[in-house]
Amino acid sequence: MTLSRRTLLVTTATLAAPAVLRAQPAAIKIGIVQPVTGALAQDGELGRLGAQIAIDEINAAGGIASLGGARLEMVFGDARSAPDAGVAEVERLQAEGVCAVVGGFASPICLAASQAASRYGLPYIVDVGVSDAIISRGLPNTFRFAPGFGKVTSVALDNLVTLNDAAGKPARTVVLVHEDGLFGSGLAKLMQAELPRRGFEIMETIAHPTPARDMSNVALRIRALNPDLIIPSDYYGEFVLLARTLQQQRIKPKGIYGVLNGAASNYRFVREFPQVAEGLLDCNHWADPGNPKTAALRQKVDGLGKIFSYNVMLNYSCVLLLADALQRAASADRARLTEALAASTFAGHIMPYGPTRFVGGQNEGATPVNTQVQGGDVKVIYPNRYSDAKPVFPVL
Amino acid sequence: MYPASIVAEAAANGLLTGAVYALVALGLTLIYGVLHIINFAHGALLTCAMFAVWGLGTLGVGPYWAIVLLVPAFFTLGYALQRAVIGPASRGRDSNVLLVTLGIAIAIQNGLLALFRADTRTLAGSDAFDVVTLGPMLLSRPRLFGFVGAVTVALLLWALLARTDTGRAIRAVAREELGARLVGIDVPHIFAVTFGLGTACLAVAAGLLMPSYTVNPRAGEAFVLVAFTIVVLGGMGSVMGAMLGGLLIGVVESLCGLFLGDSLGQIGVFVLFILVLLLRPAGLFGARA
Repeated sequence: MTLSRRTLLVTTATLAAPAVLRAQPAAIKIGIVQPVTGALAQDGELGRLGAQIAIDEINAAGGIASLGGARLEMVFGDARSAPDAGVAEVERLQAEGVCAVVGGFASPICLAASQAASRYGLPYIVDVGVSDAIISRGLPNTFRFAPGFGKVTSVALDNLVTLNDAAGKPARTVVLVHEDGLFGSGLAKLMQAELPRRGFEIMETIAHPTPARDMSNVALRIRALNPDLIIPSDYYGEFVLLARTLQQQRIKPKGIYGVLNGAASNYRFVREFPQVAEGLLDCNHWADPGNPKTAALRQKVDGLGKIFSYNVMLNYSCVLLLADALQRAASADRARLTEALAASTFAGHIMPYGPTRFVGGQNEGATPVNTQVQGGDVKVIYPNRYSDAKPVFPVL
Repeated sequence: MYPASIVAEAAANGLLTGAVYALVALGLTLIYGVLHIINFAHGALLTCAMFAVWGLGTLGVGPYWAIVLLVPAFFTLGYALQRAVIGPASRGRDSNVLLVTLGIAIAIQNGLLALFRADTRTLAGSDAFDVVTLGPMLLSRPRLFGFVGAVTVALLLWALLARTDTGRAIRAVAREELGARLVGIDVPHIFAVTFGLGTACLAVAAGLLMPSYTVNPRAGEAFVLVAFTIVVLGGMGSVMGAMLGGLLIGVVESLCGLFLGDSLGQIGVFVLFILVLLLRPAGLFGARA
């Protein structure tokens, strides 16, 4: 009903102002899929925001030049925090004639939605989804701009060793805390295999369910073990609960080192609980702090009263990447756009990746960075090329 | 395996959590004991109360003051639900009541979902993680308040049932509905009062829970599942049973969480549940049928 009313309005407007509209080429529809309801709503909303800002900037700068200044138009799909909903929305978006889809956020949604898009030869740009299964299927339509799980964990381990060595190896014992789903368990398993090889002793691996109502027992066990380092892998709500309970129980390890942590580099957490967040280390997606476009985007997001999270940074960059491909393809045709994406060398984004280079759909330049909460701000500490602060370790 | 101080603290945490579990179970067992219905809407009503506490919190009303406002409101809500919906719709058959309360639960839960979406919300404020030092133990202050509050409400409820005319009427209806009717007790009114009291317990529980827990439209379910276990453990309809059962379940859950890990923490609760059903089906304090 809403649709027909909208169509009616558009038609009326078209009749009322034919001259103005005929001068413009038809808008190019791009599909943005994010979970804006359900458990992942916070992430999805921020992803949508990043995409919207990029679209507005491109349109304000004159649209896609090679297509006669055609404007971009977002067609939004709510993945409702579930893979099947993501698939349903991709089906709807393709029927509405989008030229490509950007987004997905969670790995299960990205897996299902990109597969659905592949049936229509519709290019799909994954914004976050770190599962490496997304790329290893060999779907020609699927591109991932950000690093995958394997890349993130290997960088995280290398940087942990660098961090510890630079400080004179103060940390030796580790407690792993992980949520018991696919993401947390997978990460913990990998850590269990890799950390002993790098000279760390794992004292215990503690699993907890998501959602968790209480972290008292986890905190008590950590207090009894008194490890040098805590490596958590859990989602936003659980990590906030854990960090606050650790503080409540006056447990002060030498460091809390998150890998793809939901909260350790999140401004919402930093703003709401500055004392708890101070000193937290994370290896995650983050924009290049030295890039002036990063500062401009942050100012815009802060001005809207929203959180400048990696979802904003990545979706902003992914839409710019798509716009560049549209410009080069000089066409919104799906096959030609896919070719243009595969050949992309786009460097005008804000991530510390350098020029884009897709191999089998994965951007080979993509890499995570290490962040630390310092003085109420999220600072990049590694790699040195992009860092805007020195690491503080051990955290006192 | 763990030092005694850690185990003692886990047990103390369990007692504090258990008291609030008990409060939720108290409402459930009261309604069962008098109306002989299993109130499936209990969880949804608890979620409702938690959202009300959260909503008042955004208006600047603290959770403990919110209890003062919400107890009469939820008593009225419970009274009206029983008088206007559950009572008339049941037409005297218990199986209908089951479906009616289930229907109410679904309506409330989806109403909340439509209004507040599925997001998890926390009460703003910084005292949620304040601690009270008790010997070597660091106990969460809001949970200590929760314990004191829950025990106080249980005592008040017990006094109400034992000492007042309304309490006597409630007990009379619970024992022998027809007899109560014959001596002139307004049974539909007593039914509704009991339902109101059970619902008011939830308002108190919500106020005591919100400083340390989060709320989303499904938040109440987790508590009510445990509450059902407590009611069966303590004996259906027994106030004393619900209180002690709640504390016991809290301790068992916390210790199992410590020793088996939080993912398996609830195993102990349900093993206990099955054992009670096998060995003492009337519950620890239930009257033998």
